[in-house]
Amino acid sequence: MIDVVYFAWVRERIGLPRETVDTDATTVAGLVAELSAREDRYAMAFSDLSALRVAVDQELTDFDAALDGVREVAFFPPMTGG
Amino acid sequence: MSVRVQSDPFDPGAALNGFVSAQANAGAVVSFSGIVRDRPEGGLQHMEIEHYPAMTAGAISAIVDQAVARFGLDDALVIHRHGILKVGEVIMMVATSARHRADAFQGAEFLMDYLKSRAPFWKKEVTGDGASWVAARDVDEAALDRW
Repeated sequence: MIDVVYFAWVRERIGLPRETVDTDATTVAGLVAELSAREDRYAMAFSDLSALRVAVDQELTDFDAALDGVREVAFFPPMTGG
Repeated sequence: MSVRVQSDPFDPGAALNGFVSAQANAGAVVSFSGIVRDRPEGGLQHMEIEHYPAMTAGAISAIVDQAVARFGLDDALVIHRHGILKVGEVIMMVATSARHRADAFQGAEFLMDYLKSRAPFWKKEVTGDGASWVAARDVDEAALDRW
């Protein structure tokens, strides 16, 4: 089980801030494929991965990252701090 | 080093004075404050800043550690707000201290460049016509290349 969290327009498009996902995926990309296959709102949110960033256990990483032992995956648009 | 992530307003002058008075060995302090500005066409009612609470302070601290190591800073302060902010309110500030001003200036610029693109905040502009997420700018991402 992995906690999946969403921020900004990703959260709005998917319609929830956080969920627990029972997944067989071994990478972030695999998790994205599983989620996208669920419903259109996921497929829409993940339609352009170049517009998304991902953090695994609160560390920025890329979509090839492995999910072995991971507790939390976060998806969000490029950050706009400062 | 001090990192504060908060929804409450803060007084950047008081924060800067506190920072300066805590410096025993520095010869230079540089500070920057970011302020909510209206859109060029006007009409901004407020800005909403969302963040990733479990990640934010750690991500900022990692950026601060890089700046300290790279520029030999004596000290650094980052304060960043989230929540609802109106035009003219202070969103965030950084302050750096070093033996000499060049390192303090560069450390502050480094911090700002990385906070913009690597700290997990997202800004949303709310106007009378609705709300829209502020898009990250290519120029902000490109700014990281110079470091």
